[in-house]
Amino acid sequence: MTETKMIKAKINDIPVEVPAGTTILDAARKIHVNIPTLCKHPDLNATAGCGICIVKVKGSNKLLRSCCTDISEGMEVTTHDSEIIQVRKTVLELILSNHPDDCLHCGRNTNCELQNLAAHFVIRGVPFHTYKNSLPKDFSTGNIVLVPNKCILCGRCVDVCQNIQNVWALNFVGRGISTRIAPAGDILLADSPCVRCGQCAAHCPTGAIVEYDNTYDVWHALHDKDKYCIVQIAPAVRVAIGEAFGYEPGELLTNKLYAVLKKLGFKTVFDTNFSADVTIIEEATEFVSRFTTGGTLPLITSCCPSWVDFMEKYQIDMIDHFSTCKSPQQMMGALTKTYFAEKEGIDPKKIFMVSIMPCTAKKYEISRTKDMSASGIQDTDAVLTTRELSRMIKQSGIDFKNLPGDDPDHIMGDYSGAGTIFAATGGVMEAAIRTAYHYVTGENLKDVNVEAVRGLKGVKEGVIDIKGTKVKVAVAHGLGNVEYVLNKVKEAKLKGEEPPYHFIEVMACPGGCVGGGGQPYGVTDYLRTERAAGIYKDDVDQEIRCSHDNPMIKKLYQEYLGEPGSKKAHHLLHTHYEPKPVYIK
Amino acid sequence: MKEQSNTSFTLSPAVLEYIDKWKDKPGNLIMTLHKVQEEYGYVPRSAALQLTELLDIPLAKIYGVLTFYHLFKLKKPGKYLIQVCIGTACYLNGGEDILQELEHILGIGVNQTTPDELFSIEAVRCIGCCGLSPVMNINGEIFGKLKKEDLAKIIAQYTK
Amino acid sequence: MSFNRYILIYRESDAGVDKNENLFDAFMKELGEKDPSNSVQVVDAVMNGKADPDSTLVKIIPDNIYFKCKDPVDAIKIVDDFIIKNNPVKKLEAAANNIQYRIVLRNCGVIDPENINEYIAREGYSALEKVLFDMTPDEVIAEIKKSGLRGRGGAGFPTGNKWAFTQQAVGDVKYVVCNADEGDPGAYMDRSTLEGDPNSIIEAMAIAGYAVGASKGYIYIRAEYPLAIKRLEIAISQATEMGLMGKNIMGSDFSFEIEIRYGAGAFVCGEETALLASLQGERGMPKPRPPFPAVKGLWGKPTVINNVETLANIPVIIIKGSDWFNRIGTEKSKGTKVFAVTGKVKNSGLVEVPMGTTLRDIIFTVSGGIGNNRKFKAVQTGGPSGGVIPEKFLDTPIDYENLVALGSMMGSGGMIVMDEDDCMVDVNKFYLQFSVDESCGKCAPCRLGGRQLLTYLQDIAKGNGDLKDIDKMKRIGNAMQKASLCGLGQTTSNPIQSALKYFYDEYEEHIVHKKCRAGKCLELLTYTINPEKCSRCGICKRVCPASAISGDRESGFAIDNAVCIKCGECYNRCKFDAIDRG
Ligand SMILES: Cc1cc2nc3c(=O)[nH]c(=O)nc-3n(C[C@H](O)[C@H](O)[C@H](O)COP(=O)(O)O)c2cc1C
Ligand code: SF4
Ligand code: SF4
Ligand code: SF4
Ligand code: SF4
Ligand code: SF4
Ligand code: SF4
Ligand code: SF4
Ligand code: SF4
Ligand code: FES
Ligand code: FES
Ligand code: FES
Repeated sequence: MTETKMIKAKINDIPVEVPAGTTILDAARKIHVNIPTLCKHPDLNATAGCGICIVKVKGSNKLLRSCCTDISEGMEVTTHDSEIIQVRKTVLELILSNHPDDCLHCGRNTNCELQNLAAHFVIRGVPFHTYKNSLPKDFSTGNIVLVPNKCILCGRCVDVCQNIQNVWALNFVGRGISTRIAPAGDILLADSPCVRCGQCAAHCPTGAIVEYDNTYDVWHALHDKDKYCIVQIAPAVRVAIGEAFGYEPGELLTNKLYAVLKKLGFKTVFDTNFSADVTIIEEATEFVSRFTTGGTLPLITSCCPSWVDFMEKYQIDMIDHFSTCKSPQQMMGALTKTYFAEKEGIDPKKIFMVSIMPCTAKKYEISRTKDMSASGIQDTDAVLTTRELSRMIKQSGIDFKNLPGDDPDHIMGDYSGAGTIFAATGGVMEAAIRTAYHYVTGENLKDVNVEAVRGLKGVKEGVIDIKGTKVKVAVAHGLGNVEYVLNKVKEAKLKGEEPPYHFIEVMACPGGCVGGGGQPYGVTDYLRTERAAGIYKDDVDQEIRCSHDNPMIKKLYQEYLGEPGSKKAHHLLHTHYEPKPVYIK
Repeated sequence: MKEQSNTSFTLSPAVLEYIDKWKDKPGNLIMTLHKVQEEYGYVPRSAALQLTELLDIPLAKIYGVLTFYHLFKLKKPGKYLIQVCIGTACYLNGGEDILQELEHILGIGVNQTTPDELFSIEAVRCIGCCGLSPVMNINGEIFGKLKKEDLAKIIAQYTK
Repeated sequence: MSFNRYILIYRESDAGVDKNENLFDAFMKELGEKDPSNSVQVVDAVMNGKADPDSTLVKIIPDNIYFKCKDPVDAIKIVDDFIIKNNPVKKLEAAANNIQYRIVLRNCGVIDPENINEYIAREGYSALEKVLFDMTPDEVIAEIKKSGLRGRGGAGFPTGNKWAFTQQAVGDVKYVVCNADEGDPGAYMDRSTLEGDPNSIIEAMAIAGYAVGASKGYIYIRAEYPLAIKRLEIAISQATEMGLMGKNIMGSDFSFEIEIRYGAGAFVCGEETALLASLQGERGMPKPRPPFPAVKGLWGKPTVINNVETLANIPVIIIKGSDWFNRIGTEKSKGTKVFAVTGKVKNSGLVEVPMGTTLRDIIFTVSGGIGNNRKFKAVQTGGPSGGVIPEKFLDTPIDYENLVALGSMMGSGGMIVMDEDDCMVDVNKFYLQFSVDESCGKCAPCRLGGRQLLTYLQDIAKGNGDLKDIDKMKRIGNAMQKASLCGLGQTTSNPIQSALKYFYDEYEEHIVHKKCRAGKCLELLTYTINPEKCSRCGICKRVCPASAISGDRESGFAIDNAVCIKCGECYNRCKFDAIDRG
């Protein structure tokens, strides 16, 4: 890269020097001035919709949008004066003139960018006419809820869904005052190509897109004497939930989570990291078998339900490449209602299996196909996102911060470092490599850290040397990055060439599950990095770093499943895929 | 990345030929939608679904465009589309009255179609005949210097 | 404006320049001595039609008096007697003349627009030939810069500079886009030009392409203009056949092709970034600028976007030279401007006049004034983005800066004349409704502010207004001006702001006295039955939907205004004109 030109300018009379291409907004942050924003999100293109971030630039009689105007040489910017603040306030009042005043009944109450601004600008009423929209809520997916009356048309969801995720479930519909956010032609979200990744909800500044809240289903089960409630915690939750309780981002809170879940009334606490280890055993077996017997390659990971859904809709010709392994959540569900139930002599019908996930799509996954009822009944009964769990904890009155940690139930609670890194992009790949290496060579890697697949680069490519055998891998996160990787595969196929990769990991959410659609609000690359750092620390902290070395896994296979890839394993731990035409209605 | 749908509708040969010509030109969506509307009088959902596949444009994008531009219709209009100008000149010279009278005569409002599917009324902005204001346009025929009293007769010509 | 008087020195097109220069100098010199406060501006103006070969026509504004000058002595007399002493100079006075001057519309109605040969016969494509063989792109741009031509699409940005930016922008591919989206309600200048002289536009686009280094042009045109589209298509295909368009034009190494793209009913697509989005097949929502299209335009490539009328000037400037063009008009606004004069004038139609012509001349001299024995009330220029100009400013010479100073703007050239029967609140409501309908909805200030303003106007028109609403409207209008993303939202409140400036009393009447003096705000009207005229037919009582009319054929009928819903049904149906409304 050529060196970037530096720009010298002044903001509020303070000199700044920033690289060319820096927005006024970002340049102001450098001198510790925060310009309010509403439609701009650091992950996304500026839509320039709200007009809150306006600033004065000397020599221009207009106010400019700082979120999408690059600072230029010699510019003299004023970010705050009485006129600017007055205009911002009026714009805010205009936005609120078309907003339902029902914070108290809102999914974003106390955690809403619009509400915050209204508080900061001392809005005590809208001095103009007020118009309340009366568009219907859309509950059709059962996990992503659209509340269009609360939408301020910032366009973030549209940008995320179209450009980051390449799904195009949502778009602006209509024009002018009747503009709204909706799937093509105002159909239900469930009839659109939506893959339920929840990135729209994660990026929405208001309560206009939220997860379907299942906390009361879980409370009911917990209070039901006939139910035996069991819970599992996904890897990504432990490094994010702290944000809701004032911890630094990335703080690892595994044992506190075990403790709090027990306090909430769960009789047994398992860890999805354990079933992630199971996933690796099955997937690495599948990979090594395909690799050594000339099966369909590349093998593509399947533990992200949004990605699975996306593939079934858009990449049907890739079905054969998909790993048949279920996700760790579903493996845990199936094993709980079979292996654990049998061992403990509990009627599986009485078990209420809850999983705590960073993910909205996991809510959909539990009833995706009848494979998700491998135990004979639905294997996982309810899914709570990290956000929902934090609400439940607050409701329960448990003093999370001062609560001493606890241990999980060991039969399916102990995990290896490989299981935990599932939370970050590249983690599944890295975990699988650790075990595949062992399966091929009989030894463990000397350095189990596979740096090539870590980090936030959209597509990561690497070559893994398994004692002379070169395994080519690719990792993509954010569905929009998938096309690049798959096109390479398809091109090679068309030309009859060797596949460009042997193994591909895809996670729908940018950053992987640490950046999942159900994680605490306000995700940025900074948070993704911090959360991932917490996860990698968890990995390093583990004595056992490889799934196949987890003694409880060995026990599971010895006692129950037999060989990896056995018939029983297949029945409980694997699934199948079918093409899904979109817009059937 | 094509969106697959299972519609049995097929676009007319004229439209398909047009699409063939425009397929590889960037930014062809609006031109193609014009062609579809010219053929069917509106843009049926089944046609939009087919465009998705033929042009490889997501349906959500097509609907985003369709609903943005007021010329595109999602519902079938009547046999005769009456466009009453309420541009500035026509407004000042009584365009609103013409519109009201038409609504009265036909018993429908703007953007509605009579039950016999004969007439639809639309209010449009300046059709470039300000010198003749107030003006209306029925299927391409311009009526200028309109007076409320003339309307019933004009409509009667079309109901015959 | 620091000037309180203008002296317009007319010459007949490009003839007689020398003669005028003497006169010009004489005026300047005399004024320099006698008018040290510099309150008079001398304007070099151009007229159409035959002039007296022996004398020059001079017009004084705002006095609206014409003089015939033969030599510099006359200039001294006019300054000394008329300007300084305010004495009439009868012996030099002259009658007004035909002040239209056609550059843009030079061929309209004169040639067959579907026959390229007729265009060629009137020097058509000789400008393109001249640039291709005698001029470098830099020279072309320099010439346009020197001509002082400013964009006719609204903002009046100097065309030469715009071309230069695009030329200097880095890019392998560049585009020329003709903005033919003319969406201002009540304006049809571009349509007439395209229908009457399509070749001039495509020739100009090729010249622009040569100058900036583009080989592809797009014409973005309203789909509502089928005839213009057809004629453009004919022009392009005839020109291509003759080697005037397409590959290696006239045997040179310059190639240029033009494609036509339709709009689909969205006024905001006239805004350049929205236009580009629409050309790309997207929703026509504006984007922040910078980056300007000149740097990052169509498909991210440097793009020059020009209005139809701007382009129509180009070939003439190339052929006749920038010096010629530069002399027409005022100091900062050169050339002519086409206006679509409509509303309450006797002769509505297109008018092309030199910049610097007064509104009064356009409305009264060219368009015949107001009909029906009504009095002039105001004129709106600049369409929904502009404002109203009252009687007392009718003598302002039109140019970009003067109109802005009056709280309006040049805009694309719609000129809507209003008389006493028009109500300012009602007219503002009309424009607001337009802007609200046409707002793309992307940005909050415009989407929501426009709707608020419209609602306040509706309240006022219904008699539900409050004087405090005016402050709220001003506050909202200001926020819209400052925080809207594009020109549409930034100017939506202009009509209201100008009406509040010049016609505040009318607003006050509506709000405080619940009266609409023009009788347009129907809900402020009262209906009464005039017993003198009433034949007691009883129709009104039968048709009244509110049962507001009582009485019978014996005792007569009366309207209870407390019950009346102002629907006007009785008024319309009474065959005896017996119902008064006011
Ligand atoms: C809301 C809006 C509508 C506009 N409509 C038109 C239009 O219809 N035609 C046009 O030429 N310019 C229109 N403009 C101005 C264009 O954005 C642009 O300035 C112009 O096309 C540039 O060409 P010019 O430099 O030749 O004037 C509009 C601007 C705005 C903000
Ligand atoms: S979106 Fe925010 S401001 Fe709106 S109701 Fe919900 S919490 Fe309140
Ligand atoms: S913030 Fe105000 S409105 Fe909301 S609960 Fe508290 S007192 Fe009530
Ligand atoms: S959940 Fe994902 S796919 Fe569905 S609308 Fe939101 S961003 Fe798009
Ligand atoms: S739903 Fe949320 S993210 Fe989407 S436009 Fe509305 S406010 Fe913005
Ligand atoms: S990446 Fe993780 S959080 Fe995101 S959809 Fe997939 S499984 Fe869910
Ligand atoms: S000012 Fe109005 S028209 Fe322009 S971008 Fe904003 S909402 Fe759209
Ligand atoms: S319709 Fe006219 S004439 Fe008849 S009763 Fe009423 S006011 Fe009198
Ligand atoms: S205006 Fe309408 S409501 Fe009033 S008296 Fe006449 S018919 Fe009745
Ligand atoms: S934050 Fe910049 S316009 Fe909304
Ligand atoms: S946390 Fe389980 S697959 Fe992501
Ligand atoms: S305003 Fe009606 S035709 Fe122009």
